[in-house]
Amino acid sequence: MKEETVIKVEGLTKVFGDFIAVNNINFHVRKGEIFGFLGANGAGKTTAMKMLIGISAPSSGSANVAGFDVYTQTESIKKSIGYMSQKFALYDDLTVKENIRFFGGIYGLSKNNISLKSNLLIEELGLEKVVHSLVGSLPLGWKQKIAFSVSLLHDPKIVFLDEPTGGVDPITRRQFWEMIYKAANNGTTIFVTTHYMDEAEYCDRVSIMVDGTIEALDTPKNLKAHFGSDSMNDVFLKLART
Amino acid sequence: MSIRIDHISKSYGKVNALDDISIQVHQGELFGLIGPDGAGKTTLFRILTTLLLPDQGSASVAGYDIIADFKAIRKQVGYMPGRFSLYQDLTVEENLRFFATIFGTTIAENYDLIRDIYVQIEPFKNRRAGKLSGGMKQKLALSCALIHKPKVLFLDEPTTGVDPVSRKEFWEMLKRLQDKGITILVSTPYMDEAALCDRIALIQDGRILEIDTPKAIVEHYPKPIFDVGAHNTYLLIEKLNAYAHKHSVFPFGEYIHYTDQRDGFDPLELRAYLKKEGLQNIHIERTKATIEDTFMELAKQ
Repeated sequence: MKEETVIKVEGLTKVFGDFIAVNNINFHVRKGEIFGFLGANGAGKTTAMKMLIGISAPSSGSANVAGFDVYTQTESIKKSIGYMSQKFALYDDLTVKENIRFFGGIYGLSKNNISLKSNLLIEELGLEKVVHSLVGSLPLGWKQKIAFSVSLLHDPKIVFLDEPTGGVDPITRRQFWEMIYKAANNGTTIFVTTHYMDEAEYCDRVSIMVDGTIEALDTPKNLKAHFGSDSMNDVFLKLART
Repeated sequence: MSIRIDHISKSYGKVNALDDISIQVHQGELFGLIGPDGAGKTTLFRILTTLLLPDQGSASVAGYDIIADFKAIRKQVGYMPGRFSLYQDLTVEENLRFFATIFGTTIAENYDLIRDIYVQIEPFKNRRAGKLSGGMKQKLALSCALIHKPKVLFLDEPTTGVDPVSRKEFWEMLKRLQDKGITILVSTPYMDEAALCDRIALIQDGRILEIDTPKAIVEHYPKPIFDVGAHNTYLLIEKLNAYAHKHSVFPFGEYIHYTDQRDGFDPLELRAYLKKEGLQNIHIERTKATIEDTFMELAKQ
C-alpha cells in the first residue's frame, strides 16, 4: 500500500534580519495522520506554520502542502486547508449560524451546501438551542468545538490547529480530541500544536522544535523509549531544557 | 489566616460567576485554584485584590477586610493579572522603577526578593516591555508584583499558554518565594501543576468541587481506574463508550482511563469484549487516579 504524503517539507528556512527563526527543517506528513508539532515558546513553531499555510514566504528550502507549492500556489493551499487557533477561531459578535454561513461563504461553498452542512454540524454538536446565540456568549470549550467543525466545512485535506485546547476544561478537551480522531479516521490530516503534553501522546507522530530546528521526530512511543522517559512531558523537558 | 473567603457570591446579570465560595489560606501557604476558563477564578482574584465588590459574603486578606480596609490591602498584596498589564512602551527597568515608586519604595531596597527572577531579564532592561517574549514578560510582571515586598501574592494563570519548560521554571521560582514566607494564591488550568501546591481548590462554573491537599484529592477518587490501550485508539474509545458497564472513558496520554459501574469488575471480561470487537494488542492494567481524573469525576456530577 502506497501512503499518500500531504505535507512535504525540505530544508525549509525563515530568516528575520540576522535571526534564523526556522533553520532547515525537514519532514513529511501522511494522509490521515495526526501530526503533533511541539516546541517551547519562541522555538519557531508559529513561523513554520505560517509558511505552511501560505501566509509567509520562506527564505529558502521547499515545501509542498496538499499538493501545492508554498512559494507559487499559496491561494490553492488556502482553499485546501482548514485553520483554527486559540486566538482566532470564530467571530464573537456573530451567532453560531452566522459564523457557519460566513465561513462557508469564504470557502466558496454553495448556498445549498452551506445549509446542508450547517444542519449536520448543529445536529452533531447538539447546538439546536444556541444556533441563534452570539458565539461570544458561549463557553470557551463550545466555541473551540464549533470552530473545529467550521474549519472542516469545506472538506479540507489538512487542518492546522494552533493550540486549539488552551484553557479548555478537561472533559471538553477530551471531547475535542475525539473529534480530531474522528476527522483523522475519515482521512483528514491533522497538524496540531499544543502545550499539553498528554495531548502529544494522542498524536501518531510528534516533532519537537528547539531554537528553530527539529530536534526529534517519531511516534510518542519511540520517543519515550529513545529518551528513557515514561511521559512525553519528560521527553520535552530533556530536549528543550538546554 | 492569610486569606479568609467567607460565602462569597458574585453574578454578572444571569451568570453566576461565583456561587457561595469559602476558602481559607494559611500564612505562607502555596494554594492553587484549579479550574478551566470560565470557572470564576479571575472574578475571585478581582474581589480579593479589592478591584471588584462581591454581591454577598465577606473576605479578608492579610487580616484586612476587602471592603472596609481596601486601601491597606492594596499595600500588602502583589497581583499579577492573567492578561499582561504592564506598560508596553516603558522599558523593563522603567516598569519596575514605576511600580517601586508608586508603592513608596526603591528597586534597591527590595532587590533581594526579586534577584532570582530579575537577573534573567536584566540584560534586556533597556528594552520596551511590549517587545519582550512571552516568558520574559511573565518574569517582568512577577518582578513588578513583588517589588514592594507583599505579604500575599495573587497570580492569575501565570503559566497559561507557556511551554512546559518555562512552566517548570516558573513553579520553581514560586517555591523559592514561598520559602521567603510569602503566601501565594495561584490559579491554573493545568492540572499537573496542582500537584505542586500545598493545597488546592478544584473549581468549575463558580462552584468549589473540593478543597484538600493534592495527595488527599487523588486518594478520594471513588473507583479503581484502568489503563486501556489497543492498536487503534479511535476504535478503542468508540468500543469502550459502547460497553454496557462503563462508568467513564477518558483518553490519558498513551492510554485510555476506564472505570466500570460494577464493584466486582473483571478486566478479563473487558478484554474478551474488546477482542470480539476487533481490537488488537489489548493492554489493560490497574493505574492510579490523577488530579485530572478526580476533577472530571466531580465535574460530571
